[in-house]
Amino acid sequence: MQALRKHIHPGWLIIAPLLAMVALLYLGPILNILWLSITDPTPGLGNYAKLGESDALVRILWTTLRICLITTVFSVVMGYSIAYAMIHCHERQKNYMLTLLLVSFWISILVRTFAWLMLLGRRGLVNVTLEDIGLIAEPIAFMRNELGVLIGMVHYMIPYAVLPLLVSMQAMDKRVLDASRNLGATGRQTFWRIYLPLTLPGIVASTLLVFIFSLGFYVTPAVLGGGKVLMVAEYISVQLLVTLQWGTAAMLAALMLFGVLAMLWIMSRFMKLSTVFGGAAR
Amino acid sequence: MKPGLFSLFNRVGAWVLLLFLVTPALIAIPVSLTPKRFLSMPEGELSLRHFQKLFTSPEWLSSFFQSGVIAVSTAALATVLGTLCAIGLWRVSSKYSELVRAFLLLPLIIPQIISAMAFYRLWIPLGLLDSYAGLILAHTILAAPMVLITVSASLATFDPKLEQASKNLGASNWTTLRRVILPSIKPGVFAGALFAFILSWDEIVVTLFISKFTIFTLPRRMWNGIRENTDPTVAAAAVVLIALTLVAFVVSAIISRRNEKRATS
Repeated sequence: MQALRKHIHPGWLIIAPLLAMVALLYLGPILNILWLSITDPTPGLGNYAKLGESDALVRILWTTLRICLITTVFSVVMGYSIAYAMIHCHERQKNYMLTLLLVSFWISILVRTFAWLMLLGRRGLVNVTLEDIGLIAEPIAFMRNELGVLIGMVHYMIPYAVLPLLVSMQAMDKRVLDASRNLGATGRQTFWRIYLPLTLPGIVASTLLVFIFSLGFYVTPAVLGGGKVLMVAEYISVQLLVTLQWGTAAMLAALMLFGVLAMLWIMSRFMKLSTVFGGAAR
Repeated sequence: MKPGLFSLFNRVGAWVLLLFLVTPALIAIPVSLTPKRFLSMPEGELSLRHFQKLFTSPEWLSSFFQSGVIAVSTAALATVLGTLCAIGLWRVSSKYSELVRAFLLLPLIIPQIISAMAFYRLWIPLGLLDSYAGLILAHTILAAPMVLITVSASLATFDPKLEQASKNLGASNWTTLRRVILPSIKPGVFAGALFAFILSWDEIVVTLFISKFTIFTLPRRMWNGIRENTDPTVAAAAVVLIALTLVAFVVSAIISRRNEKRATS
């Protein structure tokens, strides 16, 4: 016992409860799912072979990837604009901006989805207003299609995109910009050749973060897609809760999991992961 | 550096985007005041009947209650486990502890649908489906990483010499933890508890998988309402949730301001 104590730091004693809980109740079943993907219903790579056979599966994967990519591009560009404005304005204005950002971060996902449902429907506020002022004759279909899903997802992801960007812009040495201007570069040159490259780690972190969160997004696509836009997360839930096919669902989950872990690995090369998530805490 | 034209233009754009983030949710307010029985914008007349329904319907009240119980228990459990773990990792700080830290952040990063599958898979044989214990355990695992992050951030600014001083003065590990470390990381612990509470209060994906009839949390009832898309009580619930969010936000802002003041004085 004494010898053991010498080798093991006493700190591990208070780490152990959470570690054991996560390992047993979380990692365990996740490994079990990975196992299922190659054993259910029959052992082998049958589930993965379905990717080559079933057009429906490929279409779902493709829809998911496409929507996630578009969401990520829009969220990061818009997030960059917000973060840039926040860093380069007076303290007071910055605080107001931060308040709006955090409030939107905190509003329940269900409230937001409900709001979009009211706004974007055929007789929703947006269509009614546009018709009243005579901009459109027919209601625009915002829902039950990819447009609606994209609006809802970008709206949800923008705050997540802003936070890593804020961290990286804040950490930058502003004197570099003055130096660039003093050496005769125009504002635009300074931005494209100095500012943007220096914030690249933040951009990468924010891109991967938003992409990862989009991949498994369930609520908004399910409601705003209205069954017309089928993404992986919703497909998994149908497989499990309706048709009770664990094999296919497990295979899709395994693909998603490996994708996410690969992206995390890339991300960890650019930024300390805890800074990204620590940023969200403030 | 004087802001250029581009910078000003961008600032206006940023404000528009920020308003785009916040304003859509406000549509719940007029919809909740409609006098009609179905989801619609009120025309002329306003009514509070849907709020009345929300606060008298046993279903909605039980959902509020269940969500409250689950979120408070989750926050308590996640805060205790997360704080202890953060302190442990901070004390150990070795190659292995950083590995463990990365591992413990996984529940926050792995897509929720996969977490939902995992809990669903394990809760069936354990008999935890559709029970308070099942939901609280699942939510705690998802929320503990939040506490870990906020407490670790507080610990990063804590001077380890204080701990040494306390030990040199003869305090035991436990006394040092309680009287020296915990008071200085209080802001991180509170922030973590708040985040854990919100995460659980708002959690829907995992909840959809592991609850059925007995446990019907508030997000789950809202989800059903949204899917049925007829009853304006959902709008009233949304308004109540927005109000609660604002109250929580103001409270946390006041707390963090007080802490800042204490830190500077």
